[in-house]
Amino acid sequence: MSGFMLILRRDLHLAFRQGMDSLMVVAFFVIAVVLFPLGVGPEPNILARIGPGVIWVAALLASMLSLERLFQTDYEDGSLELLALQPVALEVTVMAKVTAHWLTTGLPLIVAAPLLAVLMNMPADGFWALMAALVIGTPSLSLIGAIGAALILGSRRGGILLSLLVLPLYIPVLIFGVSAVDAALGGFSAKPQLLILSGLLVAALPLCPWAGAAALRQSME
Amino acid sequence: MENRPFRQYPGEVMFHRFANPARFLRLAAAVQPWAAGATVVLLAAGLTLGLLASPADYQQGETVRIMYVHVPSAWMAIFCYSALAGACAVALIWKHPLAGLAARATAPIGAAFTFLALVTGSLWGKPMWGTWWVWDARLTSVLVLFFLYLGYMALDNAFDDPGRGAKASSILALVGFVNVPIIKFSVDWWNTLHQPASVVKMGGPAIHPSMLTPLLLMGLAFTTYYVWVLLIRIRREIIATKIRALQMRQAAGQGAAAPAATTAPGEAG
Repeated sequence: MSGFMLILRRDLHLAFRQGMDSLMVVAFFVIAVVLFPLGVGPEPNILARIGPGVIWVAALLASMLSLERLFQTDYEDGSLELLALQPVALEVTVMAKVTAHWLTTGLPLIVAAPLLAVLMNMPADGFWALMAALVIGTPSLSLIGAIGAALILGSRRGGILLSLLVLPLYIPVLIFGVSAVDAALGGFSAKPQLLILSGLLVAALPLCPWAGAAALRQSME
Repeated sequence: MENRPFRQYPGEVMFHRFANPARFLRLAAAVQPWAAGATVVLLAAGLTLGLLASPADYQQGETVRIMYVHVPSAWMAIFCYSALAGACAVALIWKHPLAGLAARATAPIGAAFTFLALVTGSLWGKPMWGTWWVWDARLTSVLVLFFLYLGYMALDNAFDDPGRGAKASSILALVGFVNVPIIKFSVDWWNTLHQPASVVKMGGPAIHPSMLTPLLLMGLAFTTYYVWVLLIRIRREIIATKIRALQMRQAAGQGAAAPAATTAPGEAG
């Protein structure tokens, strides 16, 4: 089995052994979205207007909260150095860990999104655009977040620093993700926005593992 | 055998020459007064021309004069980030010590220029557009630039080992550089309230020379100001490193309970 699949399997095993982590991310996602109707009031039109944005922002925050652990546990117990010494390129290692992160965080978010769209009173037109945008966008979030997760290893106040680093870089994905849903809700085609999201993903796929591996290397010096 | 260094290309000598902190300090001490003087002269010329001698806009009246502070600040915000990214690239690739110091010194200056650009833009927007802020592409991407500066400075100071912080933040600065072309072309790619490019665009500047001249003078003034403050900050960084080394040697000397451990000030130079 290739190095990528070995590391991916390892991370998935570790994640499933502590199944609660994945569920906690989804729980945070749901609770964060639920706060908004309670905060702004239950009027359906307002909820429908802010629904896409609220769901996307909550997805961003949920994804970001789980990123801190991406490399942290391996860094602390020394397995990151062992991984770096493997014949597998560090970029491939990063890619494998990011894939595991998306499967255990992004995918549950996508599954939970229709329920939250119902809670936010989203009209039926928006559902498919929301799902498509999340499917294309959440891998980008995992990829970009991996750079941040690698940069904060060994720092003080890593968690809060991670949010300051990663959220500005998330903004393009957020803007086009919400725009896709808004376009679909307005009766227009969401294809341009989805294409741009795909472009962001395609750009992130080679560049983020490269930057993440560079950050990991300098963290282990 | 010829007694000359083994060099590949002409610039390399200059490149590595100033990695020596003492030599750089001498150069900085020589250049700094000129940068200061140039700043004062250019600022005086630019402000006089801009605030007094240039014409008022036919639509905006006298409020157009905020442009002479707002536009150069925005130019410097982007210029400083480009300088930051360049210095970080040099620091990462060649491990040039001066590049790391220059990057660390540039970040607060760039952040201050970005903040100035946002505030002066807001002050200009209220009379012009009727609003202090609007979420169009140009303003949003400059705000993101401000956050990138803050993130860089936060990451730089987040480690107990300063070298670690410098390397981590260098990577962050390079990752964030994608924002710079977005800022520049945001007014072309999106339908924005912020006006399109008037100076650096195909077909030359679209501003009358009577306004373009003070604008460019202010831009130059801000650039020399940046050089001036940069030199002050780099000198401060170098001297701070020396003081830290002295303090650590003193602490180590006291820890070993050796009375003769005090170092003469000239020894560390």
